[in-house]
Amino acid sequence: MIDLIIFLILLALGYGFGRLAESRHYTSIREREKELNVIPAIASRIPPHGRPDFDIHLVTGSVVISIDYFKRFIAGLRNLLGGRISAYETLLDRARREALLRMKAEARDLGAEMVFNIKLETASIHKGRGGSIGSVEVLAYGTAFIPHQTS
Amino acid sequence: MLVSNLEIVPGKRIQKHLGLVQGSSVRAKHVGRDFMAGLKNIFGGELKGYTELLQESRQEAYDRMLQQAESIGANAVLNIRFSTSSIAAGAAELFAYGTAVIME
Repeated sequence: MIDLIIFLILLALGYGFGRLAESRHYTSIREREKELNVIPAIASRIPPHGRPDFDIHLVTGSVVISIDYFKRFIAGLRNLLGGRISAYETLLDRARREALLRMKAEARDLGAEMVFNIKLETASIHKGRGGSIGSVEVLAYGTAFIPHQTS
Repeated sequence: MLVSNLEIVPGKRIQKHLGLVQGSSVRAKHVGRDFMAGLKNIFGGELKGYTELLQESRQEAYDRMLQQAESIGANAVLNIRFSTSSIAAGAAELFAYGTAVIME
């Protein structure tokens, strides 16, 4: 009985705080994405031709983000039925966008004009009971092109 | 030391390839951080402690790679890749590798 009550409390806490955290995070992601739109992140491998007047620098951004209790429970149910697990989709979406934003912020601090050859790497960090994913790490990295300071 | 994950650098020519350089670092979790992570597993959100932990160990792997590149006389490392793998419960390996070259 006690176990059931604790479980329900955890579910409620996860639902409430998890939603709040997610909507706050999305708001901040959208704001920063608008700000950092001036630095395009390009996934192309081939650097621009004919403009050798750039310094290049490796930039990275990473984040570890965890799913809440409620969503993990829902995802567990989904495992029985099959189909889309939207709980994990938003988790990964948030993590990727956050990692890209951090990478771009580093590029902006260096005065970069664009970031080339973006690579994204995802790893699941904390496995809960039964091998369910607890948190994921996303690393974004690329080469920032910094225009030469012309004196 | 010029470091990039591009294969070619605009405006610069590669004089000599020196081969693969690599660096790795294996880290275990920290009890205090793990406790916080446990809480976050209920509420959801970013695990700042882990973000920092992984950043630090990735930096270490990266530095080791650069040391290796320096010791064989390279002045640039190109085509860098990072990879993460969890080795055991609670431990992760951060790995960085790239091609050491001499640039003009």
